[in-house]
Amino acid sequence: MPKLTLEDLKQIADKTRRLTNLRDGAGRAKVTVHMGTCGIAAGSRKIMDAVLREIEQRDLKDVLVTTSGCAGLCSREPMATVEVAGEAPVKYVDLTEGKVKRIFTEHVLGGKIVQECALAMGSERTH
Amino acid sequence: MPHRMHLMVCAGTGCVSNGSFKVREALQKEIAKRGLENEVQVVTTGCNGFCAAGPLMVVHPDGIFYQQLSVNDVPHLVEEHFLKGRPVQKLMYKPPETPSPVHKMMDIEFFKRQRLIALRDRGLIDPERIDEYIARDGYTALAKALTEMTSEQIVEEVKTSGLRGRGGAGFPTGVKWEVVRRAEGEPKYIICNGDEGDPGAFMDRSIIESDPHSVIEGMLIGGKAIGASQGVVYIRNEYPLALQRLIIAIDQAREYGLLGNDILGSGFSFDISITRGAGAFVCGEETALIAAVEGRLGEPRARPPYPAESGLWGKPTCINNVETWANVPPIINRGGKWYSEIGTETSKGTKVFSLVGKINNTGLVEVPMGITLREIIYEIGGGIPDGKKFKAVQTGGPSGGCIPGEQIDLPIDYESLTEAGSMMGSGGMVVMDEDTCMVDVARYFLAFTQDESCGKCIPCREGTKLMLDILTKITDGHGTLEDLLALEEVAKIVKETSLCGLGKTAPNPVLTTLRYFRDEYIAHIEAHKCPAHVCRQLNTYTINPQICVERGHGCGVCKRECPEKAIFGDKNQAHRIDPALCSKCGTCVDVCHFGAVIVD
Repeated sequence: MPKLTLEDLKQIADKTRRLTNLRDGAGRAKVTVHMGTCGIAAGSRKIMDAVLREIEQRDLKDVLVTTSGCAGLCSREPMATVEVAGEAPVKYVDLTEGKVKRIFTEHVLGGKIVQECALAMGSERTH
Repeated sequence: MPHRMHLMVCAGTGCVSNGSFKVREALQKEIAKRGLENEVQVVTTGCNGFCAAGPLMVVHPDGIFYQQLSVNDVPHLVEEHFLKGRPVQKLMYKPPETPSPVHKMMDIEFFKRQRLIALRDRGLIDPERIDEYIARDGYTALAKALTEMTSEQIVEEVKTSGLRGRGGAGFPTGVKWEVVRRAEGEPKYIICNGDEGDPGAFMDRSIIESDPHSVIEGMLIGGKAIGASQGVVYIRNEYPLALQRLIIAIDQAREYGLLGNDILGSGFSFDISITRGAGAFVCGEETALIAAVEGRLGEPRARPPYPAESGLWGKPTCINNVETWANVPPIINRGGKWYSEIGTETSKGTKVFSLVGKINNTGLVEVPMGITLREIIYEIGGGIPDGKKFKAVQTGGPSGGCIPGEQIDLPIDYESLTEAGSMMGSGGMVVMDEDTCMVDVARYFLAFTQDESCGKCIPCREGTKLMLDILTKITDGHGTLEDLLALEEVAKIVKETSLCGLGKTAPNPVLTTLRYFRDEYIAHIEAHKCPAHVCRQLNTYTINPQICVERGHGCGVCKRECPEKAIFGDKNQAHRIDPALCSKCGTCVDVCHFGAVIVD
């Protein structure tokens, strides 16, 4: 193994940065795929695969993916919530793999909410 | 496909001995069975600190905390959480007061009140992969020190930080480095003291197991600061996992050229060798340690000259504790000023404590100096189990002392602990409740120091034996008031005239317990009673006839189990103990299911 230079040190850190973002929870955006029973029955597994594919193809290091249970609106599954750091979360409904691609390009990367696919912004009121 | 979920499985010694490797194996199998191996990665980390809850695991990116895992929990966990996205409540932590489980690690009191500097990477990296250390800014402090700073500037930064030696004495680290840097003599040496001999202390073990590179990086920076190219880590042989991880870390650092010649192309060369201890507590004392590294008998010598002037092989040597070294990289990266803003006026930064004894949340905590004992014991520690009363806390191991319950609002720093009669020490914190006998505690620590005394100087060699004999006499019920006076006098002499720290601090447990719990000593001597019922020879065991008949129906188990055949009675009748034959072993208390044996 060759001796490291300062540049090498930075490169290793960059390469492994995705790791630290994931563990520190310090991503730029977080995509939550709802996988309650309703979600799974509606095909959220395919949506999850599509999300992961987008991340891999674009080699994104600062987008976190996580799962959650049923969000409550079972009739509109598959659903996903997109949270860009510093902004309110947005719930997307009736998802297909095509819509996922669009949401990624326009919202996660471009910062613009895809109105036609979105249900609502913000979170529910809880105690 | 990049993994979307990381499972940080704790593999510190505590969790490993509880089966975390088996849990990890089961996780890997089940994840593969479900076809999730490309999405969910299993990562082995060092100690997370919450040892009472092990085997434990943290799931990222959500920071969900699972505790007390067993192999049987794995299939359900993988299916529910990792496949279906529903975290499993029954495996989460439930705080004692509330019945509902806490999902996130950072919502648990134990974790959220800590501030990690020395333990900054714990639970977040695999200690056996140097790339992960580098990803969390590892070796960037070294790069800065080698390419942007002079050795004077490095020393200044450490001085500004106010960092004090974390091994126990609390000597200002920057000042020590200054002395070594200016001392005359070549070659100079860096030593890391990883002997950690205090019973119950595992701070250094944890740092080396979870983040060995933090120590290596600290030593490298120290080497540059003082002008040394050779470092030695002295690690006690009783830490096989820490030793193994350290060896792997050193090998990986060498492979990357971070140890060796011309590091990062700066012209600075440095390498590290390891010396293993061989079971002597006294070798944690710096001059005895150096003697051991040199292959001589591990005995201390008089100081001055201090190792900073004349140490390993008679050359200027900078010897610091593991935790001290681990604090160096963040100080260089974020600045001494940043560090000095944490803590109190005289004690800067944070300290790692091993919280053990009669406490709910046993584990390893890092907190800012100045935090009160109350916060550590009740908020972080979760209070005393079984609702017992908090009696005292022993800090500083066998060199330290006991702080009584009334002083629970004492802020922790070097000076306040010394004023209270104890000391910071390396960070051991043993919590005691109403069922602890303070005289027995003093005896326990004296038994330890007496056994570990190297024998070179008379005050320690003879003095610790004398103190131990008197304490044993008192706990056996044969002590007199003259013994108490003699004990105090001997303690003071040993403290003032011993050659090294072992002897000088061995009397501390005696002196503090005499200061705060004198009444317990008097009770042992005058009333021949141990208020906590720990000193069995002073107990009287009697059977309550009502309980024996009404609840136990004279079952006769105690009679059968008594080794002295001191219990008499027939079935369905009240049994009784003959005090003349009773050897006070306490077996009858242990075997009686009905609580009929009364101890007084």
